[in-house]
Amino acid sequence: MNVEDLPLEASEGPEDVTTPRAAPHMAGAAVGDRVYRWLTTIAALVIPALLAYVGIEIFVAGWPAFQRAGFSFFTSSRWDPVASVFGAAPAIYGTLVSSAIALVIATPLAVGTAIFLSELAPRWLRQPVSFLVDLLAAIPSVVYGLWGIFVLAPMMRGTIAPFVKHTLHLGGLPIFSGPVYGPGMLTAGIILSIMILPYISAVTREVLLAVPRSQREAALALGATRWEVIRDAVIPGARSGIVGGIVLGLGRALGETMAVTMVIGNTPKISTSLFATGYTMASIIANEFSEAVSNAHLSALMAVGASLLAITFLVNVIARWLIARVGARV
Amino acid sequence: MTMPPTTAVPARPMTPVPASHAAGEPGQVLLDITGLNAYFGAAHVVRNVSLAFREREVTAIIGPSGCGKSTLLRCLNRMHETVPLARATGRIVFAGQDLYAPEVNPIEVRRHIGMVFQRPTPFPTLSIRDNVAAGLRVLKRGQRPNRAEVDRIVETALRNTALWDEVKDRLHTSAVALSGGQQQRLCIARALANSPRVLLLDEPTASLDPLSTQKVEELVYDLRQRFTVVIVTHNMQQAARVSDRTAFMLDGELVEVAPTHKLFTTPSDPRTEAYVTGRFG
Amino acid sequence: MLRRKIANVVMLGLMWLAAGVVLLPLVLILWRLVSQGASALNWDFFTKMPAPPGGTGGGMANAIVGTLYLLAIASVVGLPVGIGAGIFLAEHRGARLANAVRFLSDVLNGLPSIVVGIFAWQILVRPMHHFSALAGGIALGSMMIPLTARTTEEMIRTVPNSLREAALALGYPNWRTSLSIVARTALPGIVTGALVALARVAGETAPLLFTALGNNFWSVQATQPIDALPLRLYLYATSPYDDWNRQAWAGALVLIGLVLVISLLARHVTRAKFGKAVD
Repeated sequence: MNVEDLPLEASEGPEDVTTPRAAPHMAGAAVGDRVYRWLTTIAALVIPALLAYVGIEIFVAGWPAFQRAGFSFFTSSRWDPVASVFGAAPAIYGTLVSSAIALVIATPLAVGTAIFLSELAPRWLRQPVSFLVDLLAAIPSVVYGLWGIFVLAPMMRGTIAPFVKHTLHLGGLPIFSGPVYGPGMLTAGIILSIMILPYISAVTREVLLAVPRSQREAALALGATRWEVIRDAVIPGARSGIVGGIVLGLGRALGETMAVTMVIGNTPKISTSLFATGYTMASIIANEFSEAVSNAHLSALMAVGASLLAITFLVNVIARWLIARVGARV
Repeated sequence: MTMPPTTAVPARPMTPVPASHAAGEPGQVLLDITGLNAYFGAAHVVRNVSLAFREREVTAIIGPSGCGKSTLLRCLNRMHETVPLARATGRIVFAGQDLYAPEVNPIEVRRHIGMVFQRPTPFPTLSIRDNVAAGLRVLKRGQRPNRAEVDRIVETALRNTALWDEVKDRLHTSAVALSGGQQQRLCIARALANSPRVLLLDEPTASLDPLSTQKVEELVYDLRQRFTVVIVTHNMQQAARVSDRTAFMLDGELVEVAPTHKLFTTPSDPRTEAYVTGRFG
Repeated sequence: MLRRKIANVVMLGLMWLAAGVVLLPLVLILWRLVSQGASALNWDFFTKMPAPPGGTGGGMANAIVGTLYLLAIASVVGLPVGIGAGIFLAEHRGARLANAVRFLSDVLNGLPSIVVGIFAWQILVRPMHHFSALAGGIALGSMMIPLTARTTEEMIRTVPNSLREAALALGYPNWRTSLSIVARTALPGIVTGALVALARVAGETAPLLFTALGNNFWSVQATQPIDALPLRLYLYATSPYDDWNRQAWAGALVLIGLVLVISLLARHVTRAKFGKAVD
């Protein structure tokens, strides 16, 4: 056993019972060690404490709304602050639909880009392109919203929707029916897809790179084409991680606030058309919190926040678990 | 029974009999190990070793990989226990005090018993001067030397390791810019600056080129005049070149300890003979 | 065989296409930002206060300063905790508590920023009965903690064990070894991680909506509402006034510029110092 390879731990863990130690009353250095250990431990414990604090505060603040509405809080689509009736179904619906649209658009593009970067790109192209893809993640949400309002929404109204409705003759389908204002579910979905793309791509890239070289070489040696190598030798091993990346992207999409608030139209109704405006859980809070008309309203918004917290928590846990299974360090 | 063939490192006389040291014959016992057992979790790595080291004497510990020689060394300055699940039992008496007594502070121990490791480890954020003086920084306020004294100590240490002339004009530059051999001599100087009474060397030349190895070996040979030196090495020729006494370990046990010349030419134990003639290891 | 070859070309082509499509919105957005934002940028923008709604001229001086002030508060709140937690995680690797904390840190990182915002409102603004820069700074600081902890842990892990052992063997106590030797060696990386976290929260709007609130006037007091670039951007972008819309683009450009400057600083720190590190 090479001593160099053994992990060096500065602390005394409960595993370590029989090692002789300096008596605790040794002044000076022992005090320093103890203070140091306490400080770092406290710092670390802030994290679970903060998480718990957030959860508890928000759930407690939202509890009255849950109590008053019961299960209909999640199922009723009547959100009427003036009448103090709060059914969050439109917001929940909007969150799910916009996130679904985002996933549908982003996943193939992100996975494709990741495959491109890890398997196909020539060396000189790799760095700049991955830097640019990561740059998408650095753009603040409100800037995406700005672009959404002034570029994408008009584009939706003036170009995309007419194209879908008239050129493709799909206007008869329920999901493409109805008036087009510009802001709407599809617009929000598109913006979201751009925003979550770098996350899915980054995770996918990591897990693809974690697949050992030997797998690829073995497949090549058997006469597979480049694509077949990717499809049969690389992706299967990374599948769990890729799904994890997608779920991570979902988590991001669910919680995204500013850009969505700025392009979804903020109307508390459920519509089948993708061009219609709507609400999401995050945007309903952003939009109504400052002008909450009553304590009941406030509590309802907190309840929405609590629901959002619960959903994103769950989704993130699943995502992390999936990624951890592949062993990639992301 | 012949000596094992040597490598092509020049200069050192082949006979391991040390030159006369008028300044110091080996003195009294300074470090006395009695019944030392060391463990990594359930693995019993050092088995009931008893060994004494005297003042102004260089002792080499040799043996095949995994025989416990490094672990034994690390018990001497209580470094062994810094690894999780590591523990040691037994008595190690240093200048009259049992190092493993409960009231003994391991940090104090390490100030009197210095160690140099296999790979040179200069602190990258410190200059050459500050590296050498690193051990002085952590002395208690009352015992800490002032700036002038530190400079003096640094110079002495660097002279003792034959580095002074090479670095005296760039004491404030980064230590990392030095060559591997210079870095290792720097680490030795750093250990010496603490004025330890015992110096432990854990395969100090294992990652050095032959020329640097030679310089370090000469250094070790000279250090005997003032220090007790214990050197762990897997290189038998090195042991033959620099040490007064050699101990042979196998599977955690101390098989034999004898004056170096005797151990290599007429070992008492057949296992020692097998090892030094190259039949295994 | 031919079918396979065609499939190969088609699929590989699709991958190239995907990469191209992905870069398209980036180019479009940046192009729009620069062309529309640059035209509205002038000296006034950086020095003047906002004009009243519907009025022209004015600038975002208070918002720019406000953002910097909030980032300062966030750093004071988030960095010590984040770095301390990162050191803990690095030194207790493998321990159950450390694994749990690391996992929960990732979860905290994924919390929607609006949730952090209403949480900060609930525990700070509501009891204090008014909005404040402090509440906004604390909200942002909390968001910095997981990211900083993660990068700090990774940077400390890059420091070889041998360095720690060398310090211990010289008689350094554990805590001095961890701080003066290990953390000091990893410092450039830790600073980089802190800057990256800072860049990330600089653009956050949602946590500030109900905490810092925004302010049309000059204010750099911790206990008063304060303006911030993202907040003003949101206000201007969603308003019906043309001049405000124009200035929103300029503000976006400045905001991205700020994020870019912080990121470049982070990169520079790593390159400048890490060149000398031994490993």
